[in-house]
Amino acid sequence: MTARDEILARVRAATADVETTAGAWAPLTVPEVAASRADTVGTFAENVADYRAEVVRVPTSESATAIIEALKRHEAATAVVPAGLPEDWLAAATAAARVVIDDGGLTAPELDRVDAVVTAAALGIATTGTIVLDHRADQGRRAITLVPDIHVCLVRSGQLVHDVPEAVRRLRPEDDARPLTWISGPSATSDIELERVEGVHGPRTLVVVLVDEDGDAV
Amino acid sequence: MTTTPTPSRPPVPGPPQDTSPTFVGMPTFHRAARAALDDTQQRRNLHHATRTIRDKRSRAVAELPHWEELRRAGAAAKDEALDHLADYLIRLEERLTAGGATVHWARDAAEANRIVLDIVRAKEAEEVVKVKSMVTQEIELNEALEAAGVNAWETDLAELIVQLGHDRPSHILVPAIHRNRREIRDIFQREMAAVGRPAPKDLTDEPSRLAEAARLHLREKFLRARVGVSGANFAIADTGSLVVVESEGNGRMCLTLPETLISVVGIEKVLPSWDDLGALLQLLPRSSTGERMNPYTTIWSGVHEGDGPQEVHVVLLDNGRTHVLGDRLGRQALRCIRCSACLNVCPVYERTGGHAYGSVYPGPIGAVLNPQLRGTESDIDRSLPWASSLCGACYDACPVGIDIPELLVELRSRVAGDRGRTAESVAMAATTWLFSDPRRLTAAQRATGVAGRLVGDRTIRSVPGLGAWTNARDLPNPPPESFRTWWARERGGGTREGSGR
Repeated sequence: MTARDEILARVRAATADVETTAGAWAPLTVPEVAASRADTVGTFAENVADYRAEVVRVPTSESATAIIEALKRHEAATAVVPAGLPEDWLAAATAAARVVIDDGGLTAPELDRVDAVVTAAALGIATTGTIVLDHRADQGRRAITLVPDIHVCLVRSGQLVHDVPEAVRRLRPEDDARPLTWISGPSATSDIELERVEGVHGPRTLVVVLVDEDGDAV
Repeated sequence: MTTTPTPSRPPVPGPPQDTSPTFVGMPTFHRAARAALDDTQQRRNLHHATRTIRDKRSRAVAELPHWEELRRAGAAAKDEALDHLADYLIRLEERLTAGGATVHWARDAAEANRIVLDIVRAKEAEEVVKVKSMVTQEIELNEALEAAGVNAWETDLAELIVQLGHDRPSHILVPAIHRNRREIRDIFQREMAAVGRPAPKDLTDEPSRLAEAARLHLREKFLRARVGVSGANFAIADTGSLVVVESEGNGRMCLTLPETLISVVGIEKVLPSWDDLGALLQLLPRSSTGERMNPYTTIWSGVHEGDGPQEVHVVLLDNGRTHVLGDRLGRQALRCIRCSACLNVCPVYERTGGHAYGSVYPGPIGAVLNPQLRGTESDIDRSLPWASSLCGACYDACPVGIDIPELLVELRSRVAGDRGRTAESVAMAATTWLFSDPRRLTAAQRATGVAGRLVGDRTIRSVPGLGAWTNARDLPNPPPESFRTWWARERGGGTREGSGR
């Protein structure tokens, strides 16, 4: 008997007492916090900052400026960007740093010599201060948002959801399943005496540019 | 709610796992615990660490008014998966395969290790980088790889500390919780050079400097690694997705940069559907690190063209899990999502640390899981159900509602049943005899009062007639005079002492 058949036979024997059938259950509904749009945007900004990411909240018209300022503030001389980054954001990055557009060919050691990365995001979650990348063309493959030490990530207020279950529903992988990266603050560890230290292997600086599409940035 | 094995129980659930070589011959829990209790540095480290994380967790949980409903939803999803595990495993395999992953099945640790080693050899790799994973510790994959000449680099900071210190993990989430910053600096300075980039000469014991040293040491390994090895926190049956939650980014490195990724996944990690993550991705981080969300979560569904490993293997592991599954009451232990909240709230764990449990699964969950996974043949596994005061804090903290105290009591009665009269049942019988007659109690109290004066300020570790009880419990020194004697002296005359009223 193959290992597969044997394990499945053991599982069936072990669950022979179960009388229901798979899928006949009704998953318990997970309560979700409902909130107004403004509340969602505010909570998101607050929670992202609470995990020591930098949050810059700007109207759409100022998103390019925010990119330039973030790259300059962190003294990024070089930056990699995904091939699908919107034109004005690419232009902004180019104004601040020497930019490489990722064509998929950069090796990990090459990426290690780049200071920063500028990307869009797929979604943001307010209650947890999380940005989620689904690595489409405006975010690029996973390696480019991992190896450089500074990540400037732009998320539009219209991409925010309030709570985790709604984010999960929206991100369900379909047939063209994409990998997902959920990011809540910069890389961190609590492995030494349970004291949180920001900055281990992932980008040590995370700048979240929250693009307020209603243009009513505070 | 007691369950006795019914005659209609399934005939062949899986066999228990072999006790891993590392833990063969472990002494009983209370003997190992005594040695741990003598280590005052470790007790200080543990007290500080568990208190810190308990407070963080309480705050993170208190933010969610609907925490109890989330717990129930998480438990229900795990129960659905476990009750119909064969169906969900087959679905998971289909979806993974459709996504371009190769699925392997392993009956036990040896088979899983062989599968991993064969893949590593086929890739002609001499090293692998590893994401922190309980299951690969359980099967002692590193030892198996190293015996075959393959270096397995742990990349989680705490795992790195344990590996460089030639030590064993003592906590599920923070395996080096028993080490303080100074000990960690010493380990880094002493050991890093032998296996890669040395620690900076001016390294201090500042946590941020230590983290920086780990970043520099491991980066060269990440950049050149061709094979990554991970576990998974969840495996989603209806989408064929694997989920790894982490903090440092070492997980992302291992899951993204190598050409080949091998994930060893216990069969109990299956979730029925994608939407179940809505509850579980809230329950796990808040229970585990006490954060609203852990810094990084990576989710992948097979091979993603042009992004990450282009060869993806998944090894589905039994290794005693079907043995646990065959037990109607014990089955709930397989809901465990390895958050370690039960360790952090446990008064026994806080004092003894993780090593005394003789397994990679320490604490309350280890005390129920190990004797179920491995059976109760060894001294350590027979003693683990007693590694608890049954205070119930673990049950309150468990994000998927595992009734650990109930399981402990059940396991105690099974072990006791195995052996007829147990040490504790004898001790309890002696206690009953003592307390049932005031004259005996008075005599015993006088005897310990005398003994107390004789031993001075040393702790009493054995009382005649209560040997089995005091075996695992130190008695405080008795006062020179019992309350009953004091009452008789002060209120003299109308003494009822010994009257046996």
